[in-house]
Amino acid sequence: MAADHHHTAGYTAYGLIGAPTMRTSDGTPALQVQNLWKVFGPRAERLIGTADLQLSRKELQAKSGHVIGVRDVSFDVSPGEVFVVMGLSGSGKSTLVRLITRLIEPTSGTVVLNGEDITKMNDDSLREIRRKNVSMVFQHFGLLPHRKVIDNVAFGLEVRGEDKGARRNRAQEVVDLVGLQGYENNYPDQLSGGMQQRVGLARALAADPDILMFDEPFSALDPLIRRDMQNEVIRLHEEVGKTMVFITHDLQEALKLGDRILIMRDGAIVQIGRPDEVVGAPADDYVRDFVSEVPKSHVLTLSWVMRPPSGPDEGAGGPTLKDSQIVRDAARTVLEHHGPCRVVDGSGSVVGVVDEQDIMRVVVAEDESPAAANQAAS
Amino acid sequence: MSPVTVQAPPPRPGAIKEEQPYIDPQKKRHTGKRLLGILVFWLVLWVALRGKQTLAVPNADTTSFQDWLTQLKVTFSNMAQTNWFFHGVLGTIADAFNWMVGGLQAHISSTAPGQYLGWFGVLAVAMWIAYAVAGRRSTILVGVVLLLLGLFGTWQTGMDTLIITIVSVLISMIVGVPVGIAMARSRRTSAIVTPILDVMQTMPSFAYLSPVALFFGIGPATSVVLTLIYALPPLVRITEHGLRAVSPNTIEAGRSLGVTRSQLLRQIELPMAKRTIVVGINQSMMAALSMATIAALVNGPGLGQPVVSALQILNVGQASVAGLGIVAIAIMLDRTTTAASERTEKSSSGRVGSVGYPGLSSKVIIERLPRWAHEGAGRGSVGHRLTPAGRRLLLGVLLVPVVIAAVYSTRYLQLAQFPDLSGTPLLKELSGTPLAGHINDFTDALVNAIQGLTNAFKNTITYALLNPLQSLLSNLPWWVMAVVLLATAYVLGGWRPTITTAVCEAVILAVGLWNDTMTTLTMTLVATLLVMIIAVALGVGMGRSRRVDTLIRPFLDTFQTIPAFVYLVPALALFGSSRFTAIVAALMYAVPIATKLVADGIRGVAPTTVEAMRSTGCTRWQMISKVQLPMARESLVLSTNQGLLYVLSMVVIGGMVGGGSLGYLIYQGFSQDNLFGKGLCAGIAITALGIMLDRIARHAAERYGR
Ligand SMILES: Nc1ncnc2c1ncn2[C@@H]1O[C@H](COP(=O)(O)OP(=O)(O)O)[C@@H](O)[C@H]1O
Ligand SMILES: [Mg+2]
Repeated sequence: MAADHHHTAGYTAYGLIGAPTMRTSDGTPALQVQNLWKVFGPRAERLIGTADLQLSRKELQAKSGHVIGVRDVSFDVSPGEVFVVMGLSGSGKSTLVRLITRLIEPTSGTVVLNGEDITKMNDDSLREIRRKNVSMVFQHFGLLPHRKVIDNVAFGLEVRGEDKGARRNRAQEVVDLVGLQGYENNYPDQLSGGMQQRVGLARALAADPDILMFDEPFSALDPLIRRDMQNEVIRLHEEVGKTMVFITHDLQEALKLGDRILIMRDGAIVQIGRPDEVVGAPADDYVRDFVSEVPKSHVLTLSWVMRPPSGPDEGAGGPTLKDSQIVRDAARTVLEHHGPCRVVDGSGSVVGVVDEQDIMRVVVAEDESPAAANQAAS
Repeated sequence: MSPVTVQAPPPRPGAIKEEQPYIDPQKKRHTGKRLLGILVFWLVLWVALRGKQTLAVPNADTTSFQDWLTQLKVTFSNMAQTNWFFHGVLGTIADAFNWMVGGLQAHISSTAPGQYLGWFGVLAVAMWIAYAVAGRRSTILVGVVLLLLGLFGTWQTGMDTLIITIVSVLISMIVGVPVGIAMARSRRTSAIVTPILDVMQTMPSFAYLSPVALFFGIGPATSVVLTLIYALPPLVRITEHGLRAVSPNTIEAGRSLGVTRSQLLRQIELPMAKRTIVVGINQSMMAALSMATIAALVNGPGLGQPVVSALQILNVGQASVAGLGIVAIAIMLDRTTTAASERTEKSSSGRVGSVGYPGLSSKVIIERLPRWAHEGAGRGSVGHRLTPAGRRLLLGVLLVPVVIAAVYSTRYLQLAQFPDLSGTPLLKELSGTPLAGHINDFTDALVNAIQGLTNAFKNTITYALLNPLQSLLSNLPWWVMAVVLLATAYVLGGWRPTITTAVCEAVILAVGLWNDTMTTLTMTLVATLLVMIIAVALGVGMGRSRRVDTLIRPFLDTFQTIPAFVYLVPALALFGSSRFTAIVAALMYAVPIATKLVADGIRGVAPTTVEAMRSTGCTRWQMISKVQLPMARESLVLSTNQGLLYVLSMVVIGGMVGGGSLGYLIYQGFSQDNLFGKGLCAGIAITALGIMLDRIARHAAERYGR
């Protein structure tokens, strides 16, 4: 509906967590994935380029016993961005994130990290990348039960051969950063799930990597703890500003954390976009169904609800709002004004107006949306 | 055997009736009817052809093949002087082992003063080692056990047994742990080694004696080789199992941090598998001790020798003194290694009680302890009171008195030679000969008192079960029995065990010991039947009641640590020298493991199921017979398979105390040179019998066990 009003020119993406996306001056992405494929099975390489890969997952599995894990995925992640990959269980998220550091070998395609092609690297350089540039946080923590918290955190540094004093200091720093002070000398099995995941987080941060990757890190936690940990990630992102690739099957989590969201289905990309784009302009019925329960006013920005001014003077004298503001946050101002308000873009020029009705349409539409989505689906 | 009823699986939730009509996935097997058919065939032919073509052979008669083997041994021992293989390779190995054992014997078991350690030094060093690896309680235990050995007058033989055991286990570790690691890392290695381990673990311990003696002759080196071979499989298996059980999540996390292959092994896999590997060492140690005593038959030094010579003259008292020494050593080694494994609590990835041996060949049987038995145990709070640095310091400080004790023990006769206590009041009653006398008096009194009971039991089993079955199995043409076995294998397990059975039968025929093998089979079947009756009775009780479990389990644990050989002594005391004695020894040996597995299965029945059944108002007996036993079927089958292998192993050893048949032939092979070949053949026949029984049981288990 609002897609017509949407314009991209000069748009500055603001994530929901409020951290501005940092682009390096030359604009090289931190991570570049191109035409990445993963086919599980004995003769996966031979399948690449054949017509068999056009088949659906089920058909291919029935025909040759091969399973498509990731199907022709390409995307870029900018430095400092939080890039969320979302999809149902079995959609290939874990496989995708493991292809990036070749914990699973890609069948074809390229992964470029800091200008270097990971897929062409030998084992030694790959190990260096894993030690220094990319760290990962896992759903099931993967901690070493025989080591204390502090030694778990320092493990990555130990593996790359740093001496004891230096790695202790660094580990202590990170332990403080994630709020684990006082637990350094405990063993993992003495901690709660949330605390264990903090250890996992600290271990990943200790190496001071360029990119942090999370594979459903909070799925195993209780809802309240999960919320705490999400806020923790937001805080850390503000403090250390790392590029993050975050896997989740939870849409709320994706919308809360992501600067951009990649939605996967059966190993392939369905949509890539900012949270407001995913909610405001779902690429297909699958995504629409997904986002139907989301309170739109909490996600959409004014640029999705504004209309072109009917004349040059419309809204003059009223409050001026930014087009990147969330509808919910702007609602009070608009409703109190009882008239059209001007909406300006990043450079300050007027791009549209909103009034009470525009706001109400989004808020009220939330109640209808499930029905609307069902209609669209049928 | 009751016919197997095929039960309809519970309807799957969400499955619509019309779309998915129920189709019986298993074709009806009619196992019961077929077995009945076999039985009829068997009985009819037995009545018709009784006593013909039984292939019975007098003990002293030999076939030409057996003579050829006897001759082969002579040839081999002649070649030991010159041949590159026998002299160069085997001779070097034997020399190395002899040198090692000899050196240790000089220090540890020999009691002459001089530059060698005396008993007091040995005691101090042993206690220090126990403190270092296991802790205070084990230290006290080690002290008590060693003093007890001295008191019994078995210091020298006891130390010899310890030397053989520990040297063999150390070599097993050097060989076994790397092999286990290699198997965990490569599927192909695992696929090659596993079948070899299978055969090694199916072989009863007695069957190892002759083949090793064929190549190594007799003496300490042979004893080490035997013990080492026997101790190897559990260690290799459990090491592989422990490494494979390391969580893939942790391994992946390690890889994501960029570990190298060797870092992965040293810093992740080995530490996490450490506890399991220590359990493997414990199992390996117990197997080693068991074999080290049996090796007395090939002239291996140690406590087995007094047991053998006492058994030969049926002197229960003497055998008991040595037997008690062995039991004391067994408890000491078991508790010390268990304590050592509990020390490594931090790396625990699962609670492991013990691991079956001889194993159900293809898998490691990890005995799961009941939940309450380890609740709280090893949970973080139990940490050591000392920091690692503090412990190291303490150990260092303690080393000083140990060194002083060691040095003094080389200088003073009283500290070198265990003091003669025959003049001391009280204590002298406990030393060797008087103690044996007391035990003899006691058993005589006991046996006289309960003779009526024991004889009734013995006669009932012998006349009602053993004799008829033996006649049925061995007193008819061999080919009838061969066909019966083949048909049973086919009905129970399909064509694969049938082929194995055919091969094993051929081997048994070829070595010329068909009739003796059938006698051994009879005893094995009778003993297994009795084992399962006892095991189910005890196991159901243990599985249903925590009180019963706490009561019985410690006894089973202790029984399990006692080396097989020792069981002959009480069996002989109670029942004299007969076939039945071997069966009783087998019962004592096999009941603990079988009971534990049954209890495990009963306990494993989901509490919700039990609760639901109780809500329908079924009686206790209905609960056991209709719910718990059927649902524990897998454990029952497993328990039978294990029971069978344990029984076979012991029935054969029982050949020494009147069990006769194959076991006796092996024993005879060592006492009479011209019968060595026949003994070797008996070993081969036993192995064939073991493999045959194991394969039939395994395939039957696969079919009916779930
Ligand atoms: N090693 C493997 N071999 C075969 N198929 C696999 C393997 N790993 C994953 N798959 C399949 O790939 C698909 C994607 O799995 P995964 O990436 O784990 O999904 P997600 O993380 O989104 O739940 C699933 O269908 C899974 O069955
Ligand atoms: Mg996943």
